[in-house]
Amino acid sequence: MKDASVSSPHQLGAHDGELQLLRRNGRLDRLFAGSTFFFAVTVLVLLAAIMVTLFISGWPAFSQLGSSFFTGDRWAANVNNFGILPAVYGTLVTSFIAILVAVPISFGIAIFLTELCPVFLRRALGTMVELLAGVPSIIYGMWGMEVLAPFLQRHMPTLFPAGTGLTTAGLILAVMIIPFITAITRDVMMTVPPMLRESAYGLGCTTWEVVRNVVFPSVRAGMVGGIILGLGRALGETMAVTFVIGNNLFFKTTVTGQGTSIAALIANQFPEADGLQRSALLALGFLLFVITFIVLAIARLMLRRMDKRSA
Amino acid sequence: MHAKSSIYQRRKLLNRLIMTACVSAAAFGIAWLLMIVASLLIKGVPGLSLDLFTERTRMSGGGLGNVILGSLIMTALATVIGSLIGVAAGTWLAEYGDRSKLASVIRFINDVLLSAPSIIIGLFIYAMMVLPMGHFSGWAGSVALAVLIIPVVIRSTEDMLRLVPGSLREAASALGAHRWWVVVKVCYGGARAGIITGILLGTARISGETAPLLFTALNSNQWNFFDMGSEMPNLPMTLYQNMTINSFLPEQVQLAWAGALILTLAVLLLNIFARLMSSRRDKA
Repeated sequence: MKDASVSSPHQLGAHDGELQLLRRNGRLDRLFAGSTFFFAVTVLVLLAAIMVTLFISGWPAFSQLGSSFFTGDRWAANVNNFGILPAVYGTLVTSFIAILVAVPISFGIAIFLTELCPVFLRRALGTMVELLAGVPSIIYGMWGMEVLAPFLQRHMPTLFPAGTGLTTAGLILAVMIIPFITAITRDVMMTVPPMLRESAYGLGCTTWEVVRNVVFPSVRAGMVGGIILGLGRALGETMAVTFVIGNNLFFKTTVTGQGTSIAALIANQFPEADGLQRSALLALGFLLFVITFIVLAIARLMLRRMDKRSA
Repeated sequence: MHAKSSIYQRRKLLNRLIMTACVSAAAFGIAWLLMIVASLLIKGVPGLSLDLFTERTRMSGGGLGNVILGSLIMTALATVIGSLIGVAAGTWLAEYGDRSKLASVIRFINDVLLSAPSIIIGLFIYAMMVLPMGHFSGWAGSVALAVLIIPVVIRSTEDMLRLVPGSLREAASALGAHRWWVVVKVCYGGARAGIITGILLGTARISGETAPLLFTALNSNQWNFFDMGSEMPNLPMTLYQNMTINSFLPEQVQLAWAGALILTLAVLLLNIFARLMSSRRDKA
């Protein structure tokens, strides 16, 4: 006899085969949700593992070198002297030059793509910009070493006696991040409703006035986010920089002369490093990761604010 | 009247000046791309030959056969590992996590990892795998590349699954389908092209990465057929070494430019192919 209250599949008249099927599907449901959850959490584990691993392997350097690690103006492995000042200075100067050159050009291209460009060209040029962003960084490095550096050396020998140096590296970085900043700026500028634009045009604004007074103010957070994202790229870029920065390990307040950056120093010395030097390089890697993490986090927060608005 | 027209003229002039600057910025950007492509072609094409693909790298002469094979093996393995983890994690974010606190934290961290410097990942895998194992290996190289591709795949998978309309999911559930079946058949079915595009773009990105291989797979001038436990020859590292420590030999530099041309073409083709896949979806 069947119960009056209908609460389980049994009571609906399901036979054993169907019950088994139901149970199996329930198990599969839990398995699927559980395993995808496991892999999603992997992302957090990954971040924690990177931080912890780099910190632990860099600890000997932090503890043995103490404050001389942060204030030393010379990186000389042969006398166990590891000061990070030249590398930090080079990283900051090259990234600053890169941003200085890349931002106006990127904004120019973005304005051209969104406001001026005929529609049939827009798509082709936009794809071209995105493809440029996909070119491996080592290609930029090779090009910088074989084309740009000799060019600078020939035409401005007083500023670039060797062709390579911080400014050369900054210029190569600028070429690399122009596509990134352009793509993001163009995307956020596209989110401005055409109605707003047309109203401004209807009031008699020129294209520049529309861009300056209507488009820019409403996407400012996104544009700043794009710039900071480019900065994050520039800070950690290795291959494009290593070829052309000159690898001078002594601190010198120069802008066009040779220097080094955190990433270039690691790439150059790590393969042959051992003991304290290896630990010092890993500690340097930890510092670079912390710096870029903060920079990228700020960029993402600003871009997220844009996303929310456009959604 | 006179003042008014001078204001008009000034506005018009300013506009014209700035728009000219914008057009020249665009022209400048395109010129730069053409310059890079031109020097790749000028320096790379003379080095192309059949031997390039069949010979291994040597100090004099030789080809790039072994390094291309090594790169293909490591990139393929990394893509497989990375896509499995990435698609699963992206699925959880889009289908289960949705607006929960944890999901938004994971999303944020993933976005940050997406543009983390690749050399850091190399150092990380070096400390995690190479030091304990005691030697460089193809495994370490593949894992480093997989760590780089995971965030790309997660991001694109989640974005694509979100494009599948909720009403489709509800319709399938109303017919009695279980949740996993809805996700696998309905959501993956609808988002397939987009997910594959994301994976291909990720593959394009990792196939040119040099910095993470520096401390993990290293390089080798021998053929290495699937012996993942030892050093793995690869194309980006060969470019790096030929342009730095071996650059005193003109043949090595020539080889590097031929390799650079091949690498760039492969990456660009992958990018274009990926874009074609997603544009086909747009039309459908």
